[in-house]
Parts: sequence; structure tokens; C-alpha cells
Amino acid sequence: MREEIIWKVGGQQGEGIESTGEIFSVGMNRLGYHLYGYRHFSSRIKGGHTNNKVRVSTEKVNAVSEELDILVAFDQESIDVNYHELSEGGVIIADAKFKPENPADSKADLHAVPFTEIAKEHGTALMKNMVAIGATCAVLRMEVEVFTSIIQEIFGRKGEDMVEKNMQAMQAGFHYMKDSLGNEEESLSLAAADGEKRMYMIGNDAIALGALAAGVRMMPAYPITPASDIMEYLIKKLPDVGGTVIQTEDEIAACSMAIGSNYAGVRSLTASAGPGLSLMMEAIGLAGMTETPLVVVDTQRGGPSTGLPTKQEQSDLMQMIYGTHGDIPKVVMAPSTADEAFYDAAESFNIADEYQCPVILLSDLQLSLSKQTVEPFDLTQVDIRRGKVLDEVKEREDKNAYFKRYQVTEDGISPRVLPGTKNGIHHVTGLEHNEEGRPTEATQNRKDQMEKRMRKLDRLVERFPNPVAVNAPHEESDLLLVGFNATRGAIEEAMAELEKEGIKANHAHIRLIHPFPTEQLKPYVDAAKQVLVVENNATGQLANIIKMNVGQIDKIHSHLKFDGDPFYPEEIYQGSKELLEHESIHI
Amino acid sequence: MSPSTFKDFRNNVKPNWCPGCGDFSVQSAIQRAAANVGLTPEDLALVSGIGCSGRISGYINSYGFHGTHGRALPIAQGVKMANRDLTVVAAGGDGDGFAIGIGHTIHAMRRNMDITYIVMDNQVYGLTKGQTSPRSDDGFVTSSTPDGSIEQALPPMETALMSGATFVAQSFSTEIKELTATIEAGIQHKGFSIINVFSPCVTYNKVNTYDWFKENLTKLSDIEGYDNTNRTQAMTTLMEHNSLVTGIIYQEDRPAYEDMVKGYDEKPLAHQDLALDPDYFESLVGEFM
Repeated sequence: MREEIIWKVGGQQGEGIESTGEIFSVGMNRLGYHLYGYRHFSSRIKGGHTNNKVRVSTEKVNAVSEELDILVAFDQESIDVNYHELSEGGVIIADAKFKPENPADSKADLHAVPFTEIAKEHGTALMKNMVAIGATCAVLRMEVEVFTSIIQEIFGRKGEDMVEKNMQAMQAGFHYMKDSLGNEEESLSLAAADGEKRMYMIGNDAIALGALAAGVRMMPAYPITPASDIMEYLIKKLPDVGGTVIQTEDEIAACSMAIGSNYAGVRSLTASAGPGLSLMMEAIGLAGMTETPLVVVDTQRGGPSTGLPTKQEQSDLMQMIYGTHGDIPKVVMAPSTADEAFYDAAESFNIADEYQCPVILLSDLQLSLSKQTVEPFDLTQVDIRRGKVLDEVKEREDKNAYFKRYQVTEDGISPRVLPGTKNGIHHVTGLEHNEEGRPTEATQNRKDQMEKRMRKLDRLVERFPNPVAVNAPHEESDLLLVGFNATRGAIEEAMAELEKEGIKANHAHIRLIHPFPTEQLKPYVDAAKQVLVVENNATGQLANIIKMNVGQIDKIHSHLKFDGDPFYPEEIYQGSKELLEHESIHI
Repeated sequence: MSPSTFKDFRNNVKPNWCPGCGDFSVQSAIQRAAANVGLTPEDLALVSGIGCSGRISGYINSYGFHGTHGRALPIAQGVKMANRDLTVVAAGGDGDGFAIGIGHTIHAMRRNMDITYIVMDNQVYGLTKGQTSPRSDDGFVTSSTPDGSIEQALPPMETALMSGATFVAQSFSTEIKELTATIEAGIQHKGFSIINVFSPCVTYNKVNTYDWFKENLTKLSDIEGYDNTNRTQAMTTLMEHNSLVTGIIYQEDRPAYEDMVKGYDEKPLAHQDLALDPDYFESLVGEFM
């Protein structure tokens, strides 16, 4: 009996790999298992190997694993590319149609199941995904009935006949595989789950839902991988609340339009990836200078330039912090799970409104696209805070004086009025300006306004909810593992492995990237013999930020991965061991 | 409350334009037009770009947003979608609208939101001290084209007609009455209106001067039988006159963008209660189970 199995389906892009993975996962989620899925796909629509890997567990999982138990293969390439992940006792279920061959050094058993033939017997070749899911159920020693409701939802509107045929195809796959397995030891039978109802979603869905919960009504955006799901979700939902998505001509327009909407009082966001963020930088500077609230989501992908559009990377960090000319107050947040993505997305709008500045909600491809099990979100945990917005303004004696939109205040945050408000007229400009927003180059005014803008964030870190997520069982540690965004789960699993060997490891996951939570991280760096910063980029961007803020350069090391794949727990474990044994790391 | 006059739209800030600049008349015409159509200063949001003309948002007593170079239109569209009760006017120069911002100009015209876009067209870059503009004539000598421009000038009105603009007009800054009336008509038009105003630069453009325009411009009102609902005639007339006509060139009755967006609230989004209905939220959560 297993508490966890890892399943993968592979084939040519466009032949139903996605739907096979989706149906299997939703079924397992409804049974109460915890899932974490990761798709390998290419920047093309048809053709090319693609696969969808899902970890199914009775416990919460937050990482992709290098290991594999069951491989469902729709072509020989899927076997050739993936068989090395399978260990002793692993199973390959392959379509008999392509006469699958098990590589000589494969440790797994190959079962050729006539997916296509069985599918055609019950309807069309398209149903081969149902046959494959049925066969999977046989390996897991579970009934196929859980999939009935899903098939009903997908094919219900095409008629009962269609539902029936798909169910029969699944049953047939189940029985064929059961016979093929014979009386083999039930090594891959899966322990029952708790049956609890949980959400199963990608990080991008969580971000979009968080935005909706925060009262977003407008999203101007330009399509890009891996951010588009956010706009696609809001295209469906914003009309329900009177709002809309506008697909703009480019990212510059998207960001500028969002600024216009926020200036006029509507919570408006845009979302993109590295290339789009590069284009938005001037506009983000405008939001900083004009003190206009703005939330921009950056779903990092492989860079530079067009880079690896469908692959995992975390290399936008420095650009998100520094990527606009001049000095502006800016906040960079980095949730690490879908759960955090929802609550952080909602909170990002409060921060933008309260501090009147741009907020970057940083994600990465792994977080944005990995489908994962999440506890149902709680709307009562989301509050809406608009900051210093005035509904009414008193008439001024001097008719020519404007409302002091940029009044110098102790906390640097000035009262704000929305256009349309009586007696609230003021000017907004990207030029340096006085308290009324009128352009001026006067030196003292420049100093006053710059200092006012920059001190707005003085108290942000101490007010920010959980800026560093810490799992630190040890007062003094051999090793502090540090990461941000989607590496959270992999680091946790590596840490558990290290613990088994008596290595004292702590974990600090940075959730607020800028302004940097130096005071919150420092005690754990102080208490560690070595620090290993784990990140998906080539230059150790987070490590450099930590060195810059916390110091203690000699003990801060980097574990970098930039081949497009996410970190596996096994790699972080290996990297940690190497560091502890050699006091340096060369992976 | 007594109706506003153009004086209510004055803010007593002295523009930093050169004496004799065409933009003074545009400023005055916007103030007059705003009062004439019955706006109060609070109703008006004036979004401007970067360049000499871009400073106009600071010279009119209304809500003003001076943005980034070439992006007045995206910002203005964002303002309009957030608060559809506001009258939104975007303004800028020919460099702003037809060079760096041409992409936005074309797409704003296709999109047809109910905003008015006024271009102060002086066919040269003024604030950066006299370089060529996409509106400069073939052969125009500037500091960046010492041997004369070798690129074709962009025809804004023809471009507007081809891009689906529903209100296309051209005017001349000294003709303050006609200009004011054109801006009024643009504001009252339901949909996107583009008004290209010849606004001479007295410092860097010694070719396209006030006198030059007086000699070369034709008023559409002087063309017998001109029908500004006829797009073909509009295009032909522009081409026959080397684009040098003034008046409302074309106007079309088409629903504005915001009236066509499914589900878009008739009440300004900016005035909505943001809290989500808990039952609705539960249904959204349920969709992921």
C-alpha cells in the first residue's frame, strides 16, 4: 500500500495529453487526494513531445518529483524520454498500436494495452484517453466510478450515449489492464484518501480569483505565456461584476491603461511575463512618480529575450526591483503556493492603495501553471482597504489653488481624491511636481517630494503579513535553505531528507522581495553555519540581494538551475550535501 | 448653480510655450468648448502626452494627467473605462500621437471609446529643439535631417478614416471659432473623435507657418455638396487637397466601445462597492472542486 504515487502521461502535443491528465487529476482530487501537477510543453500548438506529471498523495505536496511510478505513453518517444525516471516496480502502460518497446535498461514493466483499438470498439479513437485512465485505475487497484461524474460534466451536453460510450471505454481499459497485471503483487495500490473537498487549480487561477475577491473591475492585458490564464479567467468572470478585460495592442498600453483606471478610482491590474514587463517599465515608473496605485503580475519564464517561453525560471528578480529609471517606491511580493497566491493577490491591491505605489506580484511558471490541491479559499480573510481616499473636499479660499494631492505628510502618504470630485482638482504628472502636482524644478521641493515618496515604505516590512515564511526547527542550524516562489515545496522535502541524516536544516522562504525583510531574515542567517540560496537563474539574483542587505557574504552560497526545469527535491538534497561536505557547491 | 464659463477653466498658470505658439489658441478653444457644452471643471479629465503641447493638462482648470511620451491615449482610455461619467479629452503633439504613440492612436480609433483626442500638429519636434517629425514634409530640413527629410509625411486624417475612427476632423489654431465648434462637436460625439489641429511652431518650423496655412488650407464648408457622412468622398477630398482641409471630415454613428462591452456596468466602476457577494464567491470556489 502506497501513500503517494507519481503518474505521468506523455505523447504528441495536441493529441489529448492535456485532457487525459486533467480528467485523471480531477477524479483523484474529488477522492480527497492532494495533487501537484507539472506540464512539460513546447511553444507550439501541434506536435512535439509533451507530458503531464502528477503527484498524488494522501498528504499535502508542493513540489515536482524526479521519480515516477506509472507512465502512460501514447507514443514510443514518451517511453524513450521518460523511462529513466521509473524505478523498480514502476509500470509503463503504452498503446499497443505503436508496438511499444521497453528500453533494455528499463527497470519498469511494460504493459501494451490496445488504447486505440479498444477506443474504436466503443466509439472513436479519441476515447483512448479514457482507456488509459481505466488502465491506470487497475494499476492503482481502484474503481473507475469516481470518473463517472467528470465524464458526465464533459460529455453530458453531447448526450447520454456519449457518456455511456466513454464510460465503457474506461471500463474496458480497466479490465484489460487488470488481466494483464494478473496476480502480481499489489505494490502500487494506493491508500484511501480522506474524501475532503478541496480546490484543484493552477497558481494563475488563484491570482485571478484573488484579484476578483479584492474588487478588481478592470484588466487591460496583452496575451503572453505563462500569464494569459489570468486574463482568460477574468474575461469570463469580470462581466458578472460589471467590469471587463480589454485586450490591448501591447503591454505598454495595458500598463498605461491600468494606471488610468487606477487613477480614476478602479482597482485595475495587468499581468504579463518578462518580455511584457520589460515594455511596461516606463509606465511603472510613471505610477511610482504619480503615486498611482498599480498591481502588475509577472509570471516569470525562461529569459533573456524570448528565452524559454514555456519553461520555469526565476530570473526577473533584479528587473522587478530596479527595472525603472530613477528612484521610486515599489513593492515586490512573491507568493510560493496557490494558496498564498490567492491571499497575496488580494492583499497586493490593499498595499497599492494604501501606499499609493506600484506593486509587482511576482510568480514563476511553476507556480503559475502547476495544478495543485488547495484548501477552499475563505472570503472572510480578504479585507478591502483603500487607504487615504477622500470622498469630499472642502472649498478653498484661493480659487487658483489646487487640491494638495502631493501634500508632504509625516508618513509620506498624501490624501487622494478621484477625478470627478468637487473641489478636488489637481494635476498629476511624471515631471517632478509640487504639492498641487504642478511641475517644478525647484531644488528644495525636489528634495521634499523625493523624500516624501521614498519614506512611504518605511513601515511596510513590519506591517507586511509574514514577509519571510520560516520553517526553523533548530536554534542553531548546519544549513539555512533560502528560496522564493515555487521552490518552497522542493526545499521542504529536501530539508526532511537532510533531517533524517541528522543534519540540522532550517528553511526561510522570502515572500516580500522588496523592500527586503532584512531584520526578519537576519536571525536565521546568523544562526546558520552555511546558507544555501536555491533559485532558478544563472546569476544568483536572490543570493546577491541577501548579500547586499544581510551581509555575511562568506557563508552565502548559491544552488542555481536554469535548464528550464523546476528544482526537484532530490537536487536540493544533493546540493546541500555537497555544500556541507566541501564548503562549496559546484552543481 | 450657474453654468460654467470658459473662465472657470482657467487656472492662471503661465504656459511655457514660445510667444506666438499655436497651442495658446488650442488651450483657449478647449476651455471655451468645455464651457459651451455645459461641463464643470470637475467633469473634465484632460490626459496629455509629452512634448511642448503635452504641458496643456497643467494649463486648464480641470482634472489633468500628464503621462508618458506617446501614451496619453491608453491612459485616457483607462480613465474612461473606470468612470464613464467623466468627459475625457486626450491631447498631445504629432510626435506623441503619430510617432511613438501611433500604435495606440490606431487602436484607440478602432476601439472607439467615447473620448476626444486633440493633436497639436506643428510638424516638428519642438521641446527637443527642432528634429523631424513623422508629419514633416518631404525635404524638410531639421537638425536631425540636415539634408532634408527623405521619409513620407504621415497623413493623420486618411489614417483615421482607414482605422475606423467615427469622428475625424481637422482645424487650424488661429480659426478659434471653427476650432472651438469642432472640439464641441468632438466632445458631443458618442465614440472616438480625433481632431488634428495645425498649430504652428514659430521657433522650429519656418516652412509651415501661419501664412503658409492661410494660403494652402481649404475649408470643407466652402466645398459645395461635401457630405461628411460619406467616407469615400472624405478620402477623395483629402487626397485632392493634399490633406489640407479643415472642418469635420467624417462622422459616423456607431455605438461606443463601452456601450458594446457585455456586462459592463452603466454606473461608473469607480463608484461601485468592491465587496464580492459571498454566495457568488462560493460558486467560484466550487468550480475548482
